[in-house]
Amino acid sequence: MSVQEGISPSPSTGDSGRVSLVNNPRVRGFIFQLITAIIIAVVLYIFVTNAQTNLRSQGIATGFGFLDQPASFDVNQSLIEFTQNATYGRVLLVGILNTLLVAAVGIILATIIGFMVGIARLSPNWMVRTLGTIYVEVTRNLPPLFQIFFWYVVLIKFSPSPRDSFSLFNAFFYSNRGLYMPSVVLGNGAIFIELSIVIAVVLALVVRYWARKRQEQTGEQFPVLWTAIGLIIGLPLIVSAIFGFPITFDVPELGGFNFRGGTRVIPEFVALTWALSIYTAGFIAEIVRAGIMAVSHGQTEAAGSLGLRPGPTLRLVVIPQAMRVIIPPLTSQYLNLTKNSSLAVAVGYPEITAIFAGTTLNQTGQAIEVIAITMCVYLTISIVTSIFMNWYNRRVALVER
Amino acid sequence: MIDTAIPNQVFVRSQLVETLPAPKSEVGPLAWARANLFSGPINSLLTIIGFGLLAYILFALLDFLVLRAVWTGENREACLGPEVGACWPFIKAKFGQLVYGFYPVDERWRPNLVFLLGAILIVPLMVRTAPFKLANAVLFFVVYPVVAFFLLQGDVLGLPLVSTRIWGGILVTLVVAVVGIVASLPLGIVLALGRRSQLPIIRFASIAFIEFWRGVPLITVLFFATYMLPLFLPRGLEFNGLLRALVGVSLFAAAYMAEVVRGGLQAIPRGQYEGAMAVGLGYWRMMFLIILPQALKLVIPGIVNTFIGLFKDTTLVLIVSILDLLGQLRAAFADPNWATPVTEFTGYAFAGFFYFFFCYGMSRYSRYVERRLNTGHKR
Repeated sequence: MSVQEGISPSPSTGDSGRVSLVNNPRVRGFIFQLITAIIIAVVLYIFVTNAQTNLRSQGIATGFGFLDQPASFDVNQSLIEFTQNATYGRVLLVGILNTLLVAAVGIILATIIGFMVGIARLSPNWMVRTLGTIYVEVTRNLPPLFQIFFWYVVLIKFSPSPRDSFSLFNAFFYSNRGLYMPSVVLGNGAIFIELSIVIAVVLALVVRYWARKRQEQTGEQFPVLWTAIGLIIGLPLIVSAIFGFPITFDVPELGGFNFRGGTRVIPEFVALTWALSIYTAGFIAEIVRAGIMAVSHGQTEAAGSLGLRPGPTLRLVVIPQAMRVIIPPLTSQYLNLTKNSSLAVAVGYPEITAIFAGTTLNQTGQAIEVIAITMCVYLTISIVTSIFMNWYNRRVALVER
Repeated sequence: MIDTAIPNQVFVRSQLVETLPAPKSEVGPLAWARANLFSGPINSLLTIIGFGLLAYILFALLDFLVLRAVWTGENREACLGPEVGACWPFIKAKFGQLVYGFYPVDERWRPNLVFLLGAILIVPLMVRTAPFKLANAVLFFVVYPVVAFFLLQGDVLGLPLVSTRIWGGILVTLVVAVVGIVASLPLGIVLALGRRSQLPIIRFASIAFIEFWRGVPLITVLFFATYMLPLFLPRGLEFNGLLRALVGVSLFAAAYMAEVVRGGLQAIPRGQYEGAMAVGLGYWRMMFLIILPQALKLVIPGIVNTFIGLFKDTTLVLIVSILDLLGQLRAAFADPNWATPVTEFTGYAFAGFFYFFFCYGMSRYSRYVERRLNTGHKR
């Protein structure tokens, strides 16, 4: 930014009389901007008038009224209730939620795989290092759409039919129809269990805060993790025992050629999330590697001379410092993953681009409104993620005097 | 001094002893293996697991692609056996479609000529010692796209018209990639300069443009170009589908390119700007003679990364029904003549090798250029 002061010569101070108006940078700048503004305004005007005449001549309705009209198509995965006569507004909501679901699961998975591969690429073991390099080069150099198609075919071809599905505890079934899991059915008093979970989380946070305070003052450590796990599992368990276990599970059952009951995770979701995680993890691995290499070796040596073993050294000394380098590019990878979830349209997973910018646009023909809404949704997700990650970045940033 | 003081002492050596070889345990492949593969029980275990995994993957690939592969055949019958690997006759039968799409067979010399011209122009551009760099660059970045367009489209010089609607396969992949690359770099430079400008309207317009395109996925941009752009243009002005997609891809890539170039501009020290102004250069000459040559050199890896991203993104045009390599491949899968359990994996293996070859090649080349251009300014 400071450079800009350097490139803004201001000869108008002092002997402005000797510079002709044509050569005065201020006048030139003003005229240049005026021309730009006029061009932008004219282009916008032409676009708007053209759009008006085109819409009128093609008989396309305008406005957002279509959001209240019933959408007469079905959606094969929805986090909220969706019926045949739901509105297009409901379709939009289902799409946004499905996009967020892919983004959330994908980000968690990609981060785990990416950190593992990134650390593997720095391993002293040649074999581990080589495998990491192969992973990164292969995943980064193949188009994400290609990888989605590939994993989708693998999933469809190598999954058994529902009759021979893999099962776990006779409750989880995996077949080419997707993954069937028991779903939770809430009975009377279940609200208290939900409440107790919230209370347990709050208590765990309080314990963590207290333990940190105490460690800073006295140096004594407290087993926060085990306490938190005990609280979050134990408290709801006790509460549900008091209310006579009001939670039941709807276990899927094989009936005829398909399963009945339970929750279904469709194969499109698995293929999409898996492919995007694998793809993004390759980039995250490189970011993690660069971040760890940016931590000076003296830090590792100092940790070693204090008696820390390699594991705690990595966890307590290297990674916290590497995070400062890692966070900004990691944010853009998270955003890329979220935006790439729009590739779902190719395998038919019902997220916003597929069912709103695709099906809804085809049925209503209101291209301008539909695409504008879709773009706004993505822009909002992008901005919110950046704000959150910038906040986190400021928290972990190096505080220098 | 010592030599001259005691010249005739027989027990003092006057020559160096021959150096002994290093101990066996410290040099050679065995020592390397011990240090890098078996430095402890956990590492040994990891090495064995890793080796097993790598050997399994490599053998499975070799087995599927070569050992069990079918090499000759006329239709699906050849690839229907129980233990059959890759079905290469499928690729052979569909090769024309995968490379040219539905481009008429009699006219396929035109895309071939375009490929050849491109190769002839790009190879000397990439070799450092080849002469006439500037003329070569102008030919490739300005003349070649125009010539290639008229050659492919036809309708001039007695060449029959081949509508872009029937172009396809690798031809479309390369057309989208080259147009995107050629258009996005200058547009990106202009946007980056606009974002760094001190004129508020220009800066604001550039920021709005860049952040908008970077905030939305390419698919919505392609939807925008396909469904929304025609509404904004006067009636009668018909763009064909490929051109609309090209506009979308170029604008999208330009926004990313602008951010890469901006990074380079920010890395140029202020003294360079002041020095340029001190010798009386105006804005454009300062930028094109002093700042941009240094800034672009700094960000070559970033520019090539954007190119690689663009190349991978060309696959997305299949969603707006422009059949590039991946699109033609999926169209070919639908052919019942070749419907076998291995057809899809064969097709994806072929496409995978194609994309990997180009993307990996570009990244290797960028690393080579980076090393070569490293003129010692870095710490």
